[in-house]
Amino acid sequence: MTLPRSRWLDWLAPFAPLLIALAFTSALLLIAGAPPLATFQKLITGSLGTPGKQADTAVVWTSLVLCSAGLLATFTAGQWNIGIEGQIMMGAIFATGASRFFLDDTGTLVTATPEVMLVAVFSGGVLGGILWALFAAVLKVFGRVHEIFGGLGLNFVSTALSIYLLFGPWRQRTGGTLSGTVQFEPRTWLPTLEGMRVSPLAIVAALLVIGALYLSLHGTVWGLQLKAVGRNIRGAYTLGIRTHRMLFSAYAVCGACAGIAGAYLVAGVHHRLIPGISSGYGFLGILIVLLSGFRALWVIPIALFFSAVSIGSTALQLDLQLDSSVGGVLQAAVVLSVLLVQGFRERYLKREA
Amino acid sequence: MEALLATLASILRDSAPIVFAGLGETINERAGVVNLSVEGTMLLGAMTGFAVAFVSGSLTLGFLAAMLVGSLIALIVAFGSITFKQDQVAVGFVMTLMASDLSSFLGVPYVRVPGPQVETLRLPLLADLPVIGPLLFDQDIVTYLSFGLIIGMWAWFYKTQPGLRLRGTGERPEAAFARGTNVKALRYTYTLLGGALIGFAGAAYSLHIKLGWSHRHTAGFGWIALAIVIFGGWDPLKVAFGAYFFGALRAAATTLQGIPEFKDIPVQAFPLLPFPLMILTLILFNSDGLNRVLSLLPLRLQRTLSGILRSNPPAALGTHFEQQ
Repeated sequence: MTLPRSRWLDWLAPFAPLLIALAFTSALLLIAGAPPLATFQKLITGSLGTPGKQADTAVVWTSLVLCSAGLLATFTAGQWNIGIEGQIMMGAIFATGASRFFLDDTGTLVTATPEVMLVAVFSGGVLGGILWALFAAVLKVFGRVHEIFGGLGLNFVSTALSIYLLFGPWRQRTGGTLSGTVQFEPRTWLPTLEGMRVSPLAIVAALLVIGALYLSLHGTVWGLQLKAVGRNIRGAYTLGIRTHRMLFSAYAVCGACAGIAGAYLVAGVHHRLIPGISSGYGFLGILIVLLSGFRALWVIPIALFFSAVSIGSTALQLDLQLDSSVGGVLQAAVVLSVLLVQGFRERYLKREA
Repeated sequence: MEALLATLASILRDSAPIVFAGLGETINERAGVVNLSVEGTMLLGAMTGFAVAFVSGSLTLGFLAAMLVGSLIALIVAFGSITFKQDQVAVGFVMTLMASDLSSFLGVPYVRVPGPQVETLRLPLLADLPVIGPLLFDQDIVTYLSFGLIIGMWAWFYKTQPGLRLRGTGERPEAAFARGTNVKALRYTYTLLGGALIGFAGAAYSLHIKLGWSHRHTAGFGWIALAIVIFGGWDPLKVAFGAYFFGALRAAATTLQGIPEFKDIPVQAFPLLPFPLMILTLILFNSDGLNRVLSLLPLRLQRTLSGILRSNPPAALGTHFEQQ
């Protein structure tokens, strides 16, 4: 069955998923007894309304872009790297571990300069992320364990490890009030704009990372071979591509990006290790990459939308007493609508070419 | 002896939700559909089941509502993947996140409210049998149902004509279609049925094991159930065994927590341990390493053991089927 094509439908098509998602979320808000329009307005003003809010959104955006950049590599290779949450966590754990060489029990810098410590912290993060991603790759390649389950297992391990460290060897000796390890002293923090949480350096780094991924996926032999592996791994092998090496490299790239994100959350956002530091950014990254259709440049605006919804929904909790999880519902609803609309178009609106 | 029996009985009871979720997922994967949303479905099922039972005062209504919610999520997964031919994993993953957040959002009024719970139902005469009496027949209706489901699903798969058709649909949909099976209708049916069981599993937590509702109430259990299906080889008996093994690990973690030798390990870490341990055990049993160990054994033993330990996924799992 093929429906007749009309002009307004063509024009409306790209917006249809967003409209469907908004309609669904509105219905939900009405059920919960909240005014939808005021809620959406609050979502926007709560994330972009003031310079401070914009800065908070940019902080989330940075982490999301880093994770999505890494996931582009693994998705291009046809891999569902659900283990990314653990890779962020491991990056954060290794980054914190590195910081402990420089800080004393109260979080005061006792050796080297803040710059040296930051370099060590980020190197630690990258190392932790890569290590954890390569674990998943080894399980996949040599253990024939589906990456979703290898990754899940490793996520559980990293969560358990972080809780062990936080309540065991790394617990605060000085009886601090905040949860997590002792806070780093301010001069070791990643430099931010005056009075805000956002670090311009981190934003530039995230843009560089996503740019590098775009260029290497579209402009290098590595990217081409990775695509071949993702499309048809047997065919790629027959053509002489070293498929194992390609898979390992894709995981390593993703682990490195996730590790940077983990180190950023430690050094630039929380200034200590806290339980659940990955905050679901890895899973949101998967949604973002699915939505982008695996196109690197689209990740930038989509991640902005996602981070705005995440920050805006925390404002909902404060101002409208709505649970912030409604933001997650909206994010997932957008992706679901895109998948369903895409399916609808493929089924009913195929062009008679 | 009595203490041991009590522990074993509590493992059988506490594992019932994972048995329901694992077997639910088994039945839709056997038909060829992966429903990755188990984690989210269980959360939303747990919330809905508790909320409905709390408001209506009827446990039955609570369980039915949870099953309905599970079927609805499964319907979206089935619709997206069977009719619209989108990636099953993608649709399932999105539904996981959406259902989890929905459970948090809609569950706010019910957080930490005391509510109804499933009562113990001692079966007269049977419960007086030595050993198996206290183990199997001094439980409650949910646990009895879980036993029934294991046996029932095994019999359905391997002893009935429709069960054969179900397995055929997951293995060779073209062949099943040629023999007159409506592949799509069958896949829809079993996906919805599987979803209902997973939703039931959620309610079995909030009304039976971990009573009440709280944010991320069943966090992690859905993923474990999903893993148990894969590594339990899509076989009802092995999947059930996997669920009980996980239950035993959880009981062991609680016991170890009290032993003085482990006092250096923070108590907060113990409840988390069974999750990685379970997945690592499953990975160990399914990696190529096991094949190498098996190949050292005499040939006859090798064949028997690998029949028990190893299994292949339904051949058409996760694929799309074009029906003329």
